[in-house]
Amino acid sequence: MLIYLPIAEISVNALVLLGVGGGVGMLSGMFGVGGGFLITPLLFFIGIPPAVAVATGANQVVASSISGVLAHLRRKTVDLKMGTVLMIGGLIGSTGGIWLFRLLSALGQVDLFVQLAYVLFLGVIGTLMLQESLRAWYRSSKSNAPRRKLHKHTWVHSLPLKMKFRVSGLYISVIPPLMVGMAVGVLSAVMGVGGGFIMVPAMIYMLGMPTKVVVGTSLYQIIFVTAYTTIAHAVTSHSVDVMLAFFLIIGGVIGAQVGTQIGLRLKAEQLRILLALLVILVCIKVGLDLLIEPSELFSIRIVGR
Amino acid sequence: MMMRVLLLALMFLSVLPAKANEIIGAVSQNRVALTANFSGSEILLFGAIRRDPLEAHFQDPEDTPRFDVVLVIEGPRQTVAVWRKERRAGIWMNTDSVTLASVPSFYAVATTAPLSEIITPETDAEFRISAEQAIVGAQGQDLDPEQILFSQALQRIRTQSEQFLALDRFVHLDRDILFRANVQLPANLTEGAYTTRMYLVRDGAVVNQFRTAIFVRKDGLERWLYQMAYDQPFLYGLIALAIALFAGWGASALFRFVRSG
Repeated sequence: MLIYLPIAEISVNALVLLGVGGGVGMLSGMFGVGGGFLITPLLFFIGIPPAVAVATGANQVVASSISGVLAHLRRKTVDLKMGTVLMIGGLIGSTGGIWLFRLLSALGQVDLFVQLAYVLFLGVIGTLMLQESLRAWYRSSKSNAPRRKLHKHTWVHSLPLKMKFRVSGLYISVIPPLMVGMAVGVLSAVMGVGGGFIMVPAMIYMLGMPTKVVVGTSLYQIIFVTAYTTIAHAVTSHSVDVMLAFFLIIGGVIGAQVGTQIGLRLKAEQLRILLALLVILVCIKVGLDLLIEPSELFSIRIVGR
Repeated sequence: MMMRVLLLALMFLSVLPAKANEIIGAVSQNRVALTANFSGSEILLFGAIRRDPLEAHFQDPEDTPRFDVVLVIEGPRQTVAVWRKERRAGIWMNTDSVTLASVPSFYAVATTAPLSEIITPETDAEFRISAEQAIVGAQGQDLDPEQILFSQALQRIRTQSEQFLALDRFVHLDRDILFRANVQLPANLTEGAYTTRMYLVRDGAVVNQFRTAIFVRKDGLERWLYQMAYDQPFLYGLIALAIALFAGWGASALFRFVRSG
């Protein structure tokens, strides 16, 4: 069933879009990530113009995050205050990111930048995650493992402008969360991702937030940043395709519910190892595309689109 | 369909005043609507050749060189940047580009025989018939060898994606009078006027030509969405968000209901 996408200006099989949305939704339900980092490269692969893929990817992340955050709000595992600080950073970063995206498209380097960003971030995060989860798995298999220290004093705690975050049980400066938010905001605008895969480790390792509030808080702020990114892309470059988003979202929300059920049957450590492997796999795939000589050296871009 | 084509052609023949050899054509539809389920469209181009009555009468039919017909459908023109990748520090990246003005978004040439066999290069350059001439001729200046390389790459890519079509022997010419050709328009059409040129060719030169146009426009929901995306981008963005919010919330509510009930 072919569907004509009004903004991307191509016809795509609706079942393919539902499949992409559903598959990524399933993974995002299993692992508790937004899935933007998978959906944007897949859209490139189907032939959606990069600008449309990135902008529409951001819109899709809003939908996949909303059901997650609702569940976390019910369980009271969202630090609204921390989320708001991260969000302010995120909005600033996203504004910068949209400007950067326009600059790079004008220079013809947007694909390269997005690909490099993918390789770098996915590579680093995937490796760290794999290492961490393998260690955790090893530890859990030996019952008398040493416990992690509850509070570590790092350079983060010596910065000014301190604020109390009751839900997270933290008393730290607002500067690091603002910086983390900004960095993720830039990525959200340029890569069309929510940035959960960077936000979550940064919150645990840099800010020292307790693991149980991390996912909910990250999702909470991702909704606002990606919502803002969607509107900003719509206004500045008219590149959000509602028709495309609709099919991705329908596939995505159904897949996410299925994925959550599968996720409940697997052990947490196993899940994290699988997610880490998935992230590394995407990284290798994108990286190889940069290193192997492409069969067609030329590419066409329509000026003013 | 054939009956109608024949009748139309005969009507043309009887109504028009006598003149030198002439080509008269039409298209099966002047409008193509891009709606949600648009998956390409087949257009029938047809027409008739009106022979010069004197020539037809006095010349030996064995001697008379035969006619050929060339049909060109050209999509709206756009400015296009062609980028070339090169290896820098081990990574393949875009390094240089050539901007080509007014490149057709779609270009189909249907002929009775391979184009190079029926028209001379000079005729091609004058009337800008082949895709190559349509691009190079619109630049307003001669391209250097490097730029020609980029222009050729553009043609190669567009031919692969079936936006540029060379349909040799696709025009059926019946007794040097009636001609017809089916051209398949692809699913990824750009909105705008598609000029359709029909050339009557003999001895490598254009004897006569006829022009018409096909109008392609988005319709229904597609048109509404596209216009809103450009005219009211903020509202459009809000609608996109509303869909996302509603779908996300709706799905989780629905599944909770299903599981609990």
